[in-house]
Amino acid sequence: MDIIPTAVDEPRQSLWAVTAGPAIWAGHFLSTYIAAAVWCGNAGLHARFGSATVVFAAVTALALAAVAWVAWRGWTIYNHGEAVPSHHKDTPEDRHRFLGLATLLLAVLSAVSILYTVVAVAMLRGCS
Amino acid sequence: MTPDIEPLEQAPPQEVRQAQEARLHTAWNPPTGWRYFSEVNNSAVGMWYTALTVAFLVFGGVLALLMRIQLAVPGNTFLEPDTYNQVFTVHGSVMMFLVAIPLFEAISILFLPAFLGTRELPFPRLSAYGLWAFLIGGVFLCGSILFGAAPNGGWFMYPPLTSRYEPGIGADMWLLGFSFIEVAAIAASVELIVGVLKSRPVGMRINLIPLYAWYVLVAAAMVLFAFPSLIAGSLLLELERAFDWPFFDPTRGGDPLLWQHLFWLFGHPEVYIIFLPSVALVAMMVPTFARTPIVGYEWIVLSAIGTGFLSFGLWVHHMFTTGLPGISLALFSAASMAVAIPTGVQIFCFLGTLLVGRVVRSVPLLFVFGGLATFVIGGLTGVMVAMAPFDFQAHDTFFVVAHLHTVLIGGTLFPFFAASYYYFPLATGYALSDRLGRICFWLVFIGFQVTFMPMHVSGLLGMPRRVFTYPSDPNLNLLNLTSTVGAFVLAAGFAVFLWDVLRPKRKQGHSPRNPWGSGTLEWLPELPAKPWGLRSIPEIDSRYPIWEQENFERDVDEGRFFLPDAEELKREMLVSSVIDARPEQCLRISGPTYVPLVAAIFTGGVFIFPTFKMWAWMAVSAVLALGAILYWLWTATALIPEKDEKYIGHGVSVPLYRSGPSSVGWWAMLITMLADVSAFAAVVFGYFFYWTLRPEFPPGGIAGPGTLWPAVALALLLTAWGLTFAARRWNATDQATFFYMAIAAGAALALGGAASLLAGPWTHHMMPSQHVYPATVWVLVAWTALHAVVGVVMQLYCGARRWAGRMSAKHDIDIWNTTLYWHFVALMAVVTVVVVAVFPRLR
Repeated sequence: MDIIPTAVDEPRQSLWAVTAGPAIWAGHFLSTYIAAAVWCGNAGLHARFGSATVVFAAVTALALAAVAWVAWRGWTIYNHGEAVPSHHKDTPEDRHRFLGLATLLLAVLSAVSILYTVVAVAMLRGCS
Repeated sequence: MTPDIEPLEQAPPQEVRQAQEARLHTAWNPPTGWRYFSEVNNSAVGMWYTALTVAFLVFGGVLALLMRIQLAVPGNTFLEPDTYNQVFTVHGSVMMFLVAIPLFEAISILFLPAFLGTRELPFPRLSAYGLWAFLIGGVFLCGSILFGAAPNGGWFMYPPLTSRYEPGIGADMWLLGFSFIEVAAIAASVELIVGVLKSRPVGMRINLIPLYAWYVLVAAAMVLFAFPSLIAGSLLLELERAFDWPFFDPTRGGDPLLWQHLFWLFGHPEVYIIFLPSVALVAMMVPTFARTPIVGYEWIVLSAIGTGFLSFGLWVHHMFTTGLPGISLALFSAASMAVAIPTGVQIFCFLGTLLVGRVVRSVPLLFVFGGLATFVIGGLTGVMVAMAPFDFQAHDTFFVVAHLHTVLIGGTLFPFFAASYYYFPLATGYALSDRLGRICFWLVFIGFQVTFMPMHVSGLLGMPRRVFTYPSDPNLNLLNLTSTVGAFVLAAGFAVFLWDVLRPKRKQGHSPRNPWGSGTLEWLPELPAKPWGLRSIPEIDSRYPIWEQENFERDVDEGRFFLPDAEELKREMLVSSVIDARPEQCLRISGPTYVPLVAAIFTGGVFIFPTFKMWAWMAVSAVLALGAILYWLWTATALIPEKDEKYIGHGVSVPLYRSGPSSVGWWAMLITMLADVSAFAAVVFGYFFYWTLRPEFPPGGIAGPGTLWPAVALALLLTAWGLTFAARRWNATDQATFFYMAIAAGAALALGGAASLLAGPWTHHMMPSQHVYPATVWVLVAWTALHAVVGVVMQLYCGARRWAGRMSAKHDIDIWNTTLYWHFVALMAVVTVVVVAVFPRLR
């Protein structure tokens, strides 16, 4: 399954691919928040995460791996062909590399944002 | 679209061009006299929209001045305490809902076609409908304060204050009035998204679109996911106020915090929905005055999209003092700081562009600098309040007032002023005064800082917001008096601006074409602009075609590009593909009509009559609104053209009619339904909010809707969905009998499904006012049942269209869109039934 296309013709391109990185961040953020809220709702405001830490770690590892994959795909697309930044020409190659770079940059931003979330969990390791 | 298309070598002969212009004139000329208000063209609608927004800005500003007079000295009696409550509530609500959001929509409707080099956006009547809805809703809300009946619970309407302690109609007005306006905002978003994705000139690939279009695309998409949450919240709160359904009443299982979640799930993205389109204007102005292309186009796109996403992870930072677990605060605190990264990136790109280029001084640039500086200050105090421990101290004080005004005025009002000076010639043909502009800038800038800087300090000294007075204290007295003086200086600056806008300008003569020497498409039209906008629709090779494409203005003016004519005397535009902007269709769009106005008036009735508990009138209004909308659809949409294809020049012919995913209507339906489903998701979120956090949900003694009726409903609705799908197939293969049978059976089953959904809670005697559980179940089933009924109207409409010869096997937009709608109904039916019938058993 080719979520992020590599060939330059239009039917194989999608704007959705550009938003893959931030979408993964959103999934990670929401699942972390909901898991923490449910855990703390049941275990009390001062509970520790204890064994639940494994869940957070697994979700994070999964999210980071997914983002890394998106970033790598963005990088491959960006490296395709001879076009040079700033991709301001009316050619399929420029458009292609532009989409690749946008995908890559957003994936990097998403990775950083995921790490921000991780820091919050790692610092507290509990509900408060 | 390879090889690249070049303009015609030779301009068409003079007499041909004149004949073309005459035809374009007939098609695009606005009506005169009173009929002018039946115009739906983006230039007229965008202009009225902007003017109306500025009028509301003046109204909100006057309210602010009243507050500053009241707070000028301690113990002042200028405003009664209750009047003060109304004034701050209406000020906040007007500035947010009637100024900040509509301003971006107004400016986009006015200028987006110019940015994209198209003559019009795909749904002119929808824009007009949004405008009239906005006018009606806005006047209704603002008028209430003159009768002392305005809402007074703060612009975020927290229950239980607004659910139990405000008997008047103020809160109802707020909830219903703003829901109405939010519907209008969603309508505008549909128009803008389809506009950016599908209305671009040939060659304007996705890597070449103006940055403004990127920002607007992101902001409009955010509207789809942010606003529905507030619409859902308003629905729940209004149900509690009108019928005592206890969603926010803890004594019956409800929870006031749910409102805060739903409100801020809207409220925080909203800040960026306001900010992004404003910074988009900056992104268009900076290259012009730096005389060089923008630095880091991709980085700015990153900025826009990244901010769009991250801003949905910030809502809890408005709820730091509500007693949520520390980990929730930490998560949202982290996201609040992460959003500073993309926000900062674009500012560095602007500064980089200014450093690389040769900067030309101008009034717009003054406002840009003033705005960036102010916004950065507000951004820094934003990072301060994003830290929970600091927020505990600053919460609900004037520090927050200072912070939010610095962000919003720096991020929105200053760019608006800049854009006003920059784009006034494009909108009206006349330039604003440079001298008055400078005076205005310094008054506004100094006035702003003098007003809001002291508020940081008065807030840290402990002065709470939303209190009509304060005890005499030398520090507070001086700070408040200073703020009041500053507010009047700011107002004076605004008065200078208004005078500049309104003063007669005939003597000064028209502005020259492209007065600032910009390189982007919007400056292509002659000034004053012709009613058709562009004489021919250009082929684009660059992000700055005026700078980089030779003889560009001449080629466009002489009709050497696409669509230089209106042979059939109809308003037409090009529809293009999403990624590479290949021309896909020549779309006929509607001309002047009063239908949107009539539809808006009756839709307004649906929202306004319930405020006064006039249910019968509301029902009448709903029927009339439905009638008006059906008339609108019947007479003006999916019209079968007299020929299949149209020649648009340069050897290219494109279809006049396309259906399914290639049609703009299908996209509009998809986008609308995304918003609709997000509102539904917000209601489902409510159910799970109670379900996860309350062990007594569902409560012991109260029966659920059972499984029988929900299961029957699901079976019927899914069959109706399948039949709709089959009807589309049978229509396409011209099997008319099967088509009509599928439509009729589908409609009947859908009605049965809707009734069965309601039968679940009905037969189990679930009383919505008894507890939040039955109330939530009722809301969910009623929501889905209502959607099924609307689906029936659409099915029958398709049947009638085919019967009347307005839909055929080849011309099948209506049934495609109806099928798309039914996909979403099926989704909602599955979710509703699983939630109400299965989840109670998992406890």
